Amino acid sequence: MKKRFAMKNLDCANCAAKMEAAIGKIDGVQSVSVNFLTQKLTLEAPEDRFDEILELAAAACKKVDADCQVVR
Amino acid sequence: MQSLSKSQRLTLLRILLSAVLLILAGLLPPVWHPFVLYLIPYALIGWDILWKAVRNILHGQVFDENFLMALATVGAFFTGEYAEAVFVMLFYQVGELFQDYAVGKSRKSIAALMDIRPDVAHLEQTDGSLAETDPEDVAVGSVIVVKPGERVPLDGMVMEGASSLDTAALTGESVPRDVAVGDNVFSGCINQTGLLRLQVTKPYGESTVARVLELVENASEKKSRSEQFITRFARYYTPVVVLAAAALFAIPSLLLWLLPAASLPAFLAGTTWTGWLHRALVFLVISCPCALVISVPLSFFGGIGGAGKCGILIKGGNYLEALAKADTVIFDKTGTLTEGVFSVTAVHPEGDFDPKTLLEYAALAESWSDHPISQSLKAACDKSLDPARVTETEEIAGMGVRATVDGRHIAVGNSRLMERERVMAVPCELPGTLVHVTVEGFYAGHIVISDRPKADAATAIAGLQRAGVKRVVMLTGDTKEVAGAMASALHIQEYHAELLPADKVAWTERILAESQGKVVFVGDGINDAPVLTRADIGIAMGAMGADAAIEAADVVLMDDRPTKIVTAMTIARKTVTIVRENIWFALGVKALVLVLGALNLASMWAAVFADVGVAVIAILNAMRALHVKKEH
Repeated sequence: MKKRFAMKNLDCANCAAKMEAAIGKIDGVQSVSVNFLTQKLTLEAPEDRFDEILELAAAACKKVDADCQVVR
Repeated sequence: MQSLSKSQRLTLLRILLSAVLLILAGLLPPVWHPFVLYLIPYALIGWDILWKAVRNILHGQVFDENFLMALATVGAFFTGEYAEAVFVMLFYQVGELFQDYAVGKSRKSIAALMDIRPDVAHLEQTDGSLAETDPEDVAVGSVIVVKPGERVPLDGMVMEGASSLDTAALTGESVPRDVAVGDNVFSGCINQTGLLRLQVTKPYGESTVARVLELVENASEKKSRSEQFITRFARYYTPVVVLAAAALFAIPSLLLWLLPAASLPAFLAGTTWTGWLHRALVFLVISCPCALVISVPLSFFGGIGGAGKCGILIKGGNYLEALAKADTVIFDKTGTLTEGVFSVTAVHPEGDFDPKTLLEYAALAESWSDHPISQSLKAACDKSLDPARVTETEEIAGMGVRATVDGRHIAVGNSRLMERERVMAVPCELPGTLVHVTVEGFYAGHIVISDRPKADAATAIAGLQRAGVKRVVMLTGDTKEVAGAMASALHIQEYHAELLPADKVAWTERILAESQGKVVFVGDGINDAPVLTRADIGIAMGAMGADAAIEAADVVLMDDRPTKIVTAMTIARKTVTIVRENIWFALGVKALVLVLGALNLASMWAAVFADVGVAVIAILNAMRALHVKKEH
């Protein structure tokens, strides 16, 4: 399942790249893109574990920049 | 400065206040210790950076931009460079603010280009009243009403009304398209003049507008090689610069401490450990790769946005990059270089037959049929024909028709029919399909029907050659004669005719193997999906509403004008040039300041310029990608 989420306070391009790398390392993530320009997170993960993985992804973003939020 | 957000205005206020305090601190007599005097503006301008630095360190983010900037300025502060520390922080904030503003602005202008999402559909209820509905909730088959000035929310067929539609948002074309009852209307267009009642033909998710938006949104996810390079580069750049900074400080300091003053090597003589610390701090300020990380994707985003404005949808930065390197363009003929519609191009009567009568007889004899040939015969007659003039028609499969028109016996068809009728058909020097006509058993002449090249096809070929395309090839399933005539009319040197779809793939593969640059295939999206996917870049044209083409191609032209390929290529080249400029400029300035910094020739001010100053310049340069010169 592939879903797109808006992101709030994603205010540095380098952070977006770091988040993308961090989320990519989460177990179960099939593909991920954190787009600074469109301020969007696109996450692809198995449907049955999607919510759990999204939770981890949001936490990974928080770890890079504490102000950044994934809008769900 | 109306467009600044609340937090941006706050930052601006802090910048101005601390700038004033910084100047005051410099001018006032040193009533307090300068440490205190400068600490006030420093705290005012830098507290959020310091706070984020601490917080991110706790999260394990060592090479964080905030942390590095904090470390550099705190270091400067404690080595007694008070004014410099405040100034660096100040300039950093100015740069960040500007960067934020510029990126926000370009993002908005690109988003505005793609602002074709309809907000509301006026759904007709059973009692005839209208209800404002979300386009996503409208079912196929329901009836919607589109008023003049409104955006068409869903694809549909006109049931009532006539209007002209502004398709500029989809095709970049400024000439309005006229629609009347029975015509298909695409979502995303703006209804200009009349009220339209439409029957919805597709759910919102499959409508033209949703597909276009989906494609554009996905485009920024397919990264170009430059973007991938920058992302990889950024991952190593910061740690390497930070480690270099640490070494630049630690090694000389250690040597200064260990070695007796007399035996110091030349580069250490007369230096102090604070001097080396200062050099290391310069490194830290330059250690963020932001200029590159922002400007490269922004350029591609701008290029894709600018192309979108012209009705050229590019599915990703990688295709834009490949398009810039293209040196071979393969065209499908029918529907791509030609109209794909047959029309009468010549009427050659035999003896003293009137050409008009000949055409009329042929059209009338064929009038029962929907075949493209009979359609084109009908279209070529300048008045509408009375079907009552035709009596008794007989179809002869694979040959033509025999009919009685105005009481005269007529046969219309190919040369095999003429053999059957026992008349000598006269051959023709023109390429195309020949329709022979006999009247009362005598040969009356023939009509040439052929496909016409598109009005701008020759311009497009010339434009491609001017743009540096070395090889233009035309592939077609048509006969050698027709293909040859078309190729010479359009000044195409190379063509291959009488090809089956599989042969087209084979030829494309052969051309791919032979060419050094990238190979573009241009088709109309019908029957050429395999070739579209096989070529380096597949371009489908006339894609408004053609789903298969949108799927298979890498670049989609919303209308069907071949000159758009030249525009696409120009945009691609420009974007790639901008990207290259930014990469070299940013890397060059950073490298220069790093070297100068190591030699103690660059101040921290230069370092701040190399960081945020370069980022701002690169962003401004990237914005150029968005602006497309319209040639047509």
